[in-house]
Amino acid sequence: MDARTFIVSREDWSLHRKGYQDQARHQQKVREAIKQNLPDLVTEENIIMSDGKQIIKVPIRSLDEFRFVYNFNKKKHVGQGDGDSQVGDVLGTDGSQGQGKGQQAGNQPGADVIEAEVNIAELENMLFDELELPHLKQKDKDQLETTEIRFNDIRKKGIMSNIDKKRTILENLRRNALAGQPGIHGINPDDLRFKTWEEIVKPHSNAVIIAMMDTSGSMGSFEKYCARSFFFWMTRFLRRQYEKVELVFIAHHTEAKEVTEEEFFTRGESGGTICSSAYIKALEIIDNRYPTSSYNIYPFHFSDGDNLTSDNERCVKLISQLLKRSNMFGYGEVNQYNRSSTLMSAYRNINLPHFMYYVIKEKTEVYKALKHFFKKQPGGVRHDVR
Amino acid sequence: MTSDDNRDLEYAIAEITEIAEGFGLDFYPMRYEICPADIIYTFGAYGMPTRFSHWSFGKTFHRMKMQYDFGLSKIYELVINSNPCYAFLLEGNSLIQNKLIVAHVLAHCDFFKNNARFSTSNRNMVESMSATAERVTEYEMEYGTHAVESFIDAVLGIQEHIDPQVVRPQKLDKQRYMELKMREQREQEGQPTKAQGDYDDLWALDEMKIALKSGMAALQELPDRRFPPEPEKDIVWFIQEFSPVLEDWQRDIMSMLRDEMLYFWPQLETKIMNEGWASYWHQRIVRELDLTTDETFEYAKLNSSVVQPSRHSLNPYYLGVKMFEDIEKRWDQPSREERERYGRQPGQGRAKMFEVRELDSDLSFIRNYLTKELTDELDLYIFEKKGPEWKITDKWWENIRDQLVYSRVNGGFPYLVVQDGDYQRNGELYLNHQYEGVELDLKYLERTLPYVYTLWGKPVHLETKVEEKTVMFTYDGKKVSRKFVG
Repeated sequence: MDARTFIVSREDWSLHRKGYQDQARHQQKVREAIKQNLPDLVTEENIIMSDGKQIIKVPIRSLDEFRFVYNFNKKKHVGQGDGDSQVGDVLGTDGSQGQGKGQQAGNQPGADVIEAEVNIAELENMLFDELELPHLKQKDKDQLETTEIRFNDIRKKGIMSNIDKKRTILENLRRNALAGQPGIHGINPDDLRFKTWEEIVKPHSNAVIIAMMDTSGSMGSFEKYCARSFFFWMTRFLRRQYEKVELVFIAHHTEAKEVTEEEFFTRGESGGTICSSAYIKALEIIDNRYPTSSYNIYPFHFSDGDNLTSDNERCVKLISQLLKRSNMFGYGEVNQYNRSSTLMSAYRNINLPHFMYYVIKEKTEVYKALKHFFKKQPGGVRHDVR
Repeated sequence: MTSDDNRDLEYAIAEITEIAEGFGLDFYPMRYEICPADIIYTFGAYGMPTRFSHWSFGKTFHRMKMQYDFGLSKIYELVINSNPCYAFLLEGNSLIQNKLIVAHVLAHCDFFKNNARFSTSNRNMVESMSATAERVTEYEMEYGTHAVESFIDAVLGIQEHIDPQVVRPQKLDKQRYMELKMREQREQEGQPTKAQGDYDDLWALDEMKIALKSGMAALQELPDRRFPPEPEKDIVWFIQEFSPVLEDWQRDIMSMLRDEMLYFWPQLETKIMNEGWASYWHQRIVRELDLTTDETFEYAKLNSSVVQPSRHSLNPYYLGVKMFEDIEKRWDQPSREERERYGRQPGQGRAKMFEVRELDSDLSFIRNYLTKELTDELDLYIFEKKGPEWKITDKWWENIRDQLVYSRVNGGFPYLVVQDGDYQRNGELYLNHQYEGVELDLKYLERTLPYVYTLWGKPVHLETKVEEKTVMFTYDGKKVSRKFVG
């Protein structure tokens, strides 16, 4: 051990942050990729059908490290058994095996897209950053304030009915432990903790979305899916702006009916289309249930545009009536094959500031439709109703 | 770690080093560094403590660190092929764990120092990579982070396509060899080479690129010219030298990344051997130590977790150690057949093992030393995808051996060459995949071609086979198209 050929050392590594820095860079790239993929993500089934999950997995294209590699699935591999493997043994079925080999992920292409976990709230922030609520109106209720009580603080003084037992016992435990006699005993006034509340004053604001959709035979699953995605995001967007957002679903073919959400998106009916029936129903519901003085009303209508020609004129008239009661009226046409539509030819000529329309030809255009209906007004002041 | 612990560790290392030397292991001076988990995982993700920054390393780091945090995997040590040899030990290893690790690391270092594939390794790579990292950072300052990052994205996309040959034809470097071939080509075509004075080629050596350019110009007239004269395996080098669009800083980055890949390549080629060798020796060395019952138990636990066979994928530690033990047995006690046919003398086990560790790589190691008996004993099999199911399709030892060999060819990467650097007389790049029965992943291919385009600046083509048909993929700067040829 005289001429030592080795050294043992122990540096201070606490400033070595390279791994974390590049990890942060990667995460930043993931977020950028999500942003670039917003048009795809908006109609992502995982999200629309997520049922309120907070974190969802979405496929992100473009963040893999691409290189020339063999097709994993078309390759032979060598494996090892317990000693009794036989030709013909099944090792696993697709998905459970092959792609799950984390160790070698570097040189194997798993799926062609990688999945990233996204927080819906984060996605909303990105998306709604680009949107704004147009044509806000002051409602009477804005002056109406509601007072809410929220228990959100702990104090040493308070009334006995509001005692926080758990914290009181914790304090007692702590004090006894300090005194060298652990256990719960001898609760004294110093240990007592009380819950206390704050009064929160909020302006009361309401909005209602009147979702109308054509359920006639010509509306297929693609058309419905687009409409569904749109309403999903629109509801979430309005929830941010208003304290309370209600949804009313009206399905129509030749006549209109108020239906539940599930029926709205799943029910298919045959027959022709008379859009005015839905508008009449909408007017009726507004007049009965949602006084314009206290509600911001957003009627939106989705259709494939295949309306009975003689009905078009009535529709145009009804829209102007609806507009008198609403903040805006949106018409979305899902028109996959770019047919000329009778309804659109009529609506193109409506020249009212609060009437908007958009034609969706493919899934990614749901995003564009959202941006179109709720586009940021150049230089406009952002109103927050709340 | 207290100073007592430190002293114990140093004492143990001294003892282990002595035993290892006694066994004939030959290693560089060692530098052991004890570091926390996130540091060791950083080094693991980057392959080197001093490597340049890139998001893809951050991604790997994140994944590895997460597996550690969830207790799914643990790196106990990391050893760098350098002189002196750096070994990083995970903080919190117990003394007996460190004993195993030190023995393991010494055998790795012996392998680095003596295996032929590592004979051209740059043993100062720690410093080189640190210089590279600094230069990349400077380029980021000068040309913008985004420009540098996206350029590195592109280079990393083709980084495996280098020529790692240890032996160089006629001892010429790449440029001179190419010049030679081009001259031969001109002469074959009967084209009089420019009247050359006796010393003209000396000028050419000075300005090789000009020589190559003029060579290319001279070839322009030939009806049947070829450039490169022979298919070029080193795509990174070829692009770096002949791409018409690269800036100097970009060529610099390419050549630095190529050097790093050349450094890592021998490790890719000797994974099974290297791990097998190290595991064999840590077992032998620890056997020589005086251990308490508790220590023996703890050692056995760690040792078995290192060399445990795993289903579906082959644990290189396990296969390697089994093969080395098999070699030792077969050369210590040769069978009658082996004695009579090959004249093998008994008792040559260790000597043979040292010879193998010097001369072989995984390819020849498996081809030469994997036997039928061992294949059966280890219960190896071939499996592939049939419909939705992964099924065992073959258990014949020769097929298994050959399949293992195939999977190690070219480090496990597809073998691509530059077929034509002036395709359609338009300076387009034509790559050819040397198809050997396994198709490329087409989605990946279509995403990688644009990278090559970024580097080459003109349309790029790749010829490969899809379902036994020859297909040419083309990326012209806008989209990837494919067409069947021949």
